[in-house]
Amino acid sequence: MTDSTLQSKAAATAAGDDTEGMSYLESLPRRLVTLYLPLFLILVVLLFPFYWMVLTSIKPDEQLIDMEKFNPFWVVHPTFKHISKLLFETQYPRWLWNTMYVAVGATFLSIVASVLSAYAITRLRFKGAEAVGVLIFFAYLVPPSILFIPLASVIQAYGLFDSPLSLILVYPTLLIPFSTWLLMGYFKTIPYELEECALIDGATRWQILVKIIVPLAVPGLISAFIFSFTLCWNEFIYALTFLQSTPNKTVPVAIVNEFVDGDIYKWGSLMAGALVGSLPLVILYAFFVEHYVSAMTGAVKE
Amino acid sequence: MSTVQTSMPAQAAAAGEPSLWSRLSGNRNWAAFWFMLPTAAFLILFLAYPLGLGVWMSFTDERIGRAGAFVGIENYQWLWDDSIFWLSVFNTLFYTLIASAIKFAIGLYLALLLNRHMPFKAIIRSIVLIPFIVPTVLSAIAFWWIYDSQFSIISWSLIKLGLIHSNINFLGDTEWARASVIFANVWRGVPFVAITLLAGLQTVSPSLYEAATLDGATSWQRFRFITYPLLTPIIAVVMTFSVLFTFTDFQLIWALTRGGPVNATHLMATLSYQRGIISGRLGEGAAIATAMIPFLVAAIAISWFGMQRRKWQQGSNND
Repeated sequence: MTDSTLQSKAAATAAGDDTEGMSYLESLPRRLVTLYLPLFLILVVLLFPFYWMVLTSIKPDEQLIDMEKFNPFWVVHPTFKHISKLLFETQYPRWLWNTMYVAVGATFLSIVASVLSAYAITRLRFKGAEAVGVLIFFAYLVPPSILFIPLASVIQAYGLFDSPLSLILVYPTLLIPFSTWLLMGYFKTIPYELEECALIDGATRWQILVKIIVPLAVPGLISAFIFSFTLCWNEFIYALTFLQSTPNKTVPVAIVNEFVDGDIYKWGSLMAGALVGSLPLVILYAFFVEHYVSAMTGAVKE
Repeated sequence: MSTVQTSMPAQAAAAGEPSLWSRLSGNRNWAAFWFMLPTAAFLILFLAYPLGLGVWMSFTDERIGRAGAFVGIENYQWLWDDSIFWLSVFNTLFYTLIASAIKFAIGLYLALLLNRHMPFKAIIRSIVLIPFIVPTVLSAIAFWWIYDSQFSIISWSLIKLGLIHSNINFLGDTEWARASVIFANVWRGVPFVAITLLAGLQTVSPSLYEAATLDGATSWQRFRFITYPLLTPIIAVVMTFSVLFTFTDFQLIWALTRGGPVNATHLMATLSYQRGIISGRLGEGAAIATAMIPFLVAAIAISWFGMQRRKWQQGSNND
C-alpha cells in the first residue's frame, strides 16, 4: 500500500477491504451478537463434516461403535490402520491415479480448446461471433443428468466403454463453455493496440495468440485450470455410467460402490477414503484461493 | 510468414497446400473457423448430438444391448400413468424450491456477514468455500455417516441433551430423509451463493451507505434500498445456476439414499438412472431425462426475461 497510485487507492475504496468504513459506529457487544456469533455458528456447521471425517478415519473400530464408554467427539489412541488398509489393501491408489489422469487430461484439452475459441470470439470478430458466444453459454446450462443415457450409447458406439479415455473426451463438454466465458472476459481486457503493433510487425494470428495474448492471460488460465480440475474431480454421473470394472473407476464412484458392504466396521476406511480423496483438491485450493474465487465469480458476472 | 509453428491440428491438416493455407489464413472467417474447430467438435459430438439422440431415444423402446424401434409416445404414456414418476417430479420440485430458498436466505445472510470488517477476513472467506471444493460424493459419504441410523452423532447429542429418547432414523423415514438430503444440499450450496454474492456486494460503493446513514436510514432501509437493488442482477444469475444444479442433482441423492426410502427422495435424475441404466430400459430413462428439459427451459427463460426487463427499465445494460 506504499505506492500511492490512484489506481490502488480506487481499488481499495471500491472493494472496501482496507477501510474501516462505518464499523466504528458499532459497539463490541453488538458486534458480538450480530456478527461473530452467527458467523461462528455457520462456520461450525460448515466445517463439522470435515472434522467428523478426519476423526472417524483415525478412530479405532471399538471406539467408533461404543458411544457410551468413549466420548464420540474425541479420540483416544488414534490409529492409522484405516488409512494404511485403504492404501495397501484396496485399489485406492489406482483409483486416485485414474481420477488424476482423467482430470489432468480433460482439463488440458478443455483449456487448449477454450483459449482458441475465446480468442476467436473476442478478437477475430467473425460473422456470427456473438451468436456463437451465446450458444456456448447455453451449452454451460445443459446438465449431465439429461445427457448420460444417450452419451452412454455414443460412447458404446465409439468402443470407449469402460475406458478412462471416454471421460477425458466427455468432460470437456462441461469445462469448455465455462472456461471459454472466463477467458473471453480476460481477453477483452487486453488492449487492441498490442495486437495491432504485432500485426504491423508481421506476426500471424497464431503468433499473436501464443506470444502476446496467452502470456498476458496467465491469471485467467490458472483460474480456468483450477476450476476445471475441481469440476473433473467432482464429476460423478458420467463416471458412474461409463466405467464398469473396478480398477478403472474414479475415486467418487469407487467410494460409493466398492466400500459399501454389510460390514459395520466399514466406516473408518470409508471416511479415510473420502478424506484422502478430498485432500488433493483442498491443498490445491489453499495455494490458489484467489484464482479459484475469481474463476467462480468471474464466470457468474459475465 | 512461411515458418509458422505447426502444433495446431488445423495447420497439420492444411500443411500439404501452403498456398491454400496462406489464402485461408488471410481470411478472418476461415481463421476463426479453424480456431473454433476443437470447441465445436467437442460440443457437437458430445453435447448437441447426445441431446438430440436423447430426445430420439425417448421415442424408442431401446434397451441395453438391443437396438430400439420407434414406438411413438408410448414411453411418455407409460410415465403419465406411473405414480412413481409423478412422485419423482413432485420430489424434484419440492427439493429444488425448498433447498434453493434456504440457500438464498442463508447465502445472502452469510455474504452480508462476510462483507463486514473483521480480523482474519481473508482466511474466514477462504474457509467458507471449502464445502464447495470437496467433491460432493465424498462429503455426502460423511453425511451418510452423520445420518447413520445407529451411530448418528446428531441422535447421540440430542439424546445426551435429553431432547429425544431414541435414535432418529434420518435416512430411513420418509420425512426425515427428505429433510436430510435437503440439509446436505444446502450445506454444499451455501458457500457458492455466499461467495458470489459477496463479490457483488464488494462492488457496492461504501459511500452510498455513508450518505444513507447521514440521511437517517436504518440498517434495514440501507439493505432494502441500496444493497438489494444493486445486487439484483447477480442474485438472478446466481439463483438461476443454483436452481438448475439443484433441479438436476444426482450425486448427492445417489450417495445418500439412492432414491429411498419408498422412493421418497427419488429425483427425476435418479429415477432416470435407475430405469435407464440399472433396469436397462434406455428408452424409458431417456424419456424421464427429456421430461426435465421443459422445466429447465422455463427456469432459464424466467431469469433471462427478468434480466431483459430490468435492463430495459434502467435504459442501458447493467453488466
